Amino acid sequence: MADEALFLLLHNELVSCVYKSAEQGEGENGRCVTKLESMGFRVGQGLIERFTKDAARFKDELDIMKFVCKDFWTSVFKKQIDNLRTNHQGIYVLQDNKFRLITQMSAGKQYLDQAPKYLAFTCGLIRGGLSNLGIKSIVTAEVSTMPACKFQVMIQKQ
Amino acid sequence: YLQCVSDLANYPLYIRSIPTENQLKFHYTVHTSLDVVDEKIAAMGKALVDQRELYLGLLYPTEDYKVYGYVTNSKVKFVMVVDSSNTALRDNEIRSMFRKLHNSYTDVMCNPFYNPGDTIQSRPLCV
Repeated sequence: MADEALFLLLHNELVSCVYKSAEQGEGENGRCVTKLESMGFRVGQGLIERFTKDAARFKDELDIMKFVCKDFWTSVFKKQIDNLRTNHQGIYVLQDNKFRLITQMSAGKQYLDQAPKYLAFTCGLIRGGLSNLGIKSIVTAEVSTMPACKFQVMIQKQ
Repeated sequence: YLQCVSDLANYPLYIRSIPTENQLKFHYTVHTSLDVVDEKIAAMGKALVDQRELYLGLLYPTEDYKVYGYVTNSKVKFVMVVDSSNTALRDNEIRSMFRKLHNSYTDVMCNPFYNPGDTIQSRPLCV
């Protein structure tokens, strides 16, 4: 139990640290999200390398996405993605009905404007993981009611 | 004997050979074998769906050397060249050597001071 709390606390501190340093005049607000995202990207790269070490070779893109939804998500957030949808043309929507990083904050519309900064790191995490597996993508997140959250993954074909 | 780690774009990340003489020839062999690895993966995607192991086995034997290959899920290729007169090295040993190499590579990737794509300079990787 304790290690779960540690990750949450560290993540919260990370977000507030990045925003605080921005307030002191180092770059504007838009940069913060980018910064958090790129941190997540590097972490995702490392994590996926470790998690896929003992996995069999992946069959295709969908196989990789399933891995991300199940194993990867379980390792990081202690639960699986609740719903994975795809249009089979490179767009995947990962829905988490109780996203761990924002469950502590609110259960409704309150603080909705604060949500993006707590999702940037995770977007990077997904993007980094996928890029290490050879998939270039754009990941965006959207929240309509906390703590449910949707991640949209757009695969970029070369 | 020689080992090599190479990334997605076939750019060598790490290359090392023991003994150190005749290096160029070894490097040449390794670079050639990377293409064989590519071919093997491409063929694997179509035909052998159930045989999806990371270890690729013997890539090709030459007169003096045997070349073994291994590809991680992140498309990083490991190639090992050993003397073919060395009969003590069986498939299992090679496999476990790749395993160790893979573990070390994973540790390198998780090192925050390492930038993915850079040449690896790491002591623990020298198995």
